[in-house]
Amino acid sequence: MTMSLSAKDKATVKAFWAKISSSGEAIGADALSRMLVVYPQTKTYFSHWKDMSPGSAPVKKHGATVMGGVAEAVAKIDDLTAGLLSLSELHAFTLRVDPANFKILSHNILVVLAIMFPTDFTPEVHVAMDKFLAAVARALSEKYR
Amino acid sequence: MVKWSDFERAAIQDIFSKIDYDVVGRAAFSRCLIVYPWTQRYFGSFGNLYNAAAITSNPKVAAHGKVIMAGLEKALTNMDDIKTTYKDLSVLHSEKLQVDPDNFNVKLFSFYCLTIVVAGQMGAAFTPEVQGAFQKFLAVVVASLRKQYH
Repeated sequence: MTMSLSAKDKATVKAFWAKISSSGEAIGADALSRMLVVYPQTKTYFSHWKDMSPGSAPVKKHGATVMGGVAEAVAKIDDLTAGLLSLSELHAFTLRVDPANFKILSHNILVVLAIMFPTDFTPEVHVAMDKFLAAVARALSEKYR
Repeated sequence: MVKWSDFERAAIQDIFSKIDYDVVGRAAFSRCLIVYPWTQRYFGSFGNLYNAAAITSNPKVAAHGKVIMAGLEKALTNMDDIKTTYKDLSVLHSEKLQVDPDNFNVKLFSFYCLTIVVAGQMGAAFTPEVQGAFQKFLAVVVASLRKQYH
């Protein structure tokens, strides 16, 4: 399903991101923690970590890395495919993350946003963020085959 | 037969004891119609679903949110045999309502919207482990609803 981002979606995402970006690391750490607990099959990608428990050092560090990528995506929202090219190559050739997992992480990011920003995470923001994260996932999948 | 750990049982019961069914049912069902607008196809008789504001203030949406929560409560009170409890509901969804069973699955109402709304209601108490228990409960509900399709 290719549903492109409207001008309204982009504006909504940028405005919401401006409010939440200072909590980026916390969002990433919590989303990743949830993914590893609720979808234990995702742990297979992190067997090299000493500690995969919620809030552990590797989880926090990696959560920050992931949200750094999301921040980059917000900045390049007008052309995600071009903007996320090197990240796509990384995921396709080096990390080889099964793209099905992008949906899983996206869901957990949305859960964290609902918890951390209950008033700001309105249904309108929810749909815009859901579309945005799906578009980011698509851009990351570009180079897979 | 699904096995529930003591933690899972307690976590799920705790969630349902804490949430306001009317608020959660309406909010989750509204989000489903807003975030996945193609689901509106089943609700042609609901009147104005034109935009988010119309959906969230639509009384039929609120009423239907309650119906869905009542259905989930049936599963809650029969956690050890949701499959049998849901037999008639499954037949209803497949034969009378003809809902595409993909609509129950991963993305939509069950997993995503309801989990997100409950998370917002419970805040930090909705820990990763509690989320896991709740999503497992919804997975069993979804599988039971799909059971009678052919």
